[in-house]
Amino acid sequence: MSDPRTRKTLPIELILAWGFVGIPLLWGIAMTLASAVKLFE
Amino acid sequence: MVPPAALCIHLCIGQAYAFSVFSLPMTMLLGIRHSVPGDWRLTDIGWIFTLGIFFLGVSAAILGRWVEEGGPRRAMFTAALCFAGGFLISAVGVYAHRIWVIYLGYGVLGGFGLGIGYISPVSTLIRWFPDRPGMATGMAIMGFGGGALIAAPLSVWLLKQFSTPTHVGVAETFICLGLIYFCFMLVGAFIVRVPAPGWQPAGWTPPATPAKLVTTADVHVYRAIKTPQFWLIWCVLCLNVTAGIGVLGQASPMSQEIFPGRVSATAAAGFVGLMSLFNMAGRFGWATFSDLIGRKNTYFCFFVLGAVLYALVPTTGAIGSVTAFVVCFLIIISMYGGGFSTIPAYLKDMFGTRYVGAIHGWLITAWSAAGVFGPVLVNYIRQYQIDHGVPKAQAYNLKMYIMAALLVVGFFCNLFVRPVHARHHLREQEPASSAPGAAPVPPAPTAAN
Repeated sequence: MSDPRTRKTLPIELILAWGFVGIPLLWGIAMTLASAVKLFE
Repeated sequence: MVPPAALCIHLCIGQAYAFSVFSLPMTMLLGIRHSVPGDWRLTDIGWIFTLGIFFLGVSAAILGRWVEEGGPRRAMFTAALCFAGGFLISAVGVYAHRIWVIYLGYGVLGGFGLGIGYISPVSTLIRWFPDRPGMATGMAIMGFGGGALIAAPLSVWLLKQFSTPTHVGVAETFICLGLIYFCFMLVGAFIVRVPAPGWQPAGWTPPATPAKLVTTADVHVYRAIKTPQFWLIWCVLCLNVTAGIGVLGQASPMSQEIFPGRVSATAAAGFVGLMSLFNMAGRFGWATFSDLIGRKNTYFCFFVLGAVLYALVPTTGAIGSVTAFVVCFLIIISMYGGGFSTIPAYLKDMFGTRYVGAIHGWLITAWSAAGVFGPVLVNYIRQYQIDHGVPKAQAYNLKMYIMAALLVVGFFCNLFVRPVHARHHLREQEPASSAPGAAPVPPAPTAAN
């Protein structure tokens, strides 16, 4: 069994992991920007 | 995989900044549409967040070494249990209408989850990115700033789903958030990995002659906290946070009172949202920039630029420039965030990688102190001025000058930071669990910087 510390991460794993944190974060940023627009109205 | 793992944790515990979403609903648990006798007051509810931040500092300090020695996975799992458990216990407190249960749940247990979670990925990230430690920790700590951006709209949406004409829906929202955050944090604990000993990024070799303020040796956590460098950096963080936190909580009323009739409540809410974004962006941007110019110079930027901008704010009010006012505060708040995210790399530069997480834990007490000191200072000064007949639009001027003065003090604290003396360095063969207070160990010949 390979040492998990030296195993190379697969691209699909990276995409899934970044998507998992990135999508909620982008949603939060979009919601915040939508409210921030009112400052300039 | 480690940056997303760290973000899983920090995006969740960053919810703490959005706890105020529950303030108003929790004052109407009995009255539903308005507060009635027996309902909790805002001051009662304010203690929940204060306790959470206090126990964040306490747990980070006392459990830092446990986190460091047990590894990030155990710490992240424990943080998930504590943080989610805090929500579930708080739901019971809301259901039974017992505020002390919420103090114990979100305040104490949740606070422990915040503290353990906050420091859990720091040293692992620094080990994975020895070439860019500022960027690595900035990415994780950016998540703490971004957590509120997700938590605020999510909590509002959940409250709307669970509220009925006879029920506010806070308990159900707490249960949902607890379960969501538990699952999210578990993913972080599952995917985090520590590098193999001696691991280095491909194509990167450590510089033959490290920068003057970057050590290649390690300092034990209990020795580090006895050095003047630790306490100078403690003051640097405390003063930077005090200056930022004092205005962060008052951004909305301040913008409306300085520009009466020109900034509406809705526009002020937009201003607060923009500040949250810049707080988050500053955490990543400034920490990444610190890899280029060095940590000490980055803090010099914060203190010089921050002091100048704070001193300019009264002028923006006097000339009636909303744009200049907004720009000043967006830059200030980006440096507030940058102060948090650059600190772990600063500690790594001064004390080495081995105990950086535990040392960072102790340093977080500066945040707890600033969390109490900053708002008290700001509120007291403003009230004192209003009581003495100063118009509301000008009641912030003195405060701005005091914040600028605090940053000048911070500048000198940063100026006095020097490399840690080699007598504090660990020897290669010294055991990781060397007891505090053990006899001083002579420096290793190669450890001097």
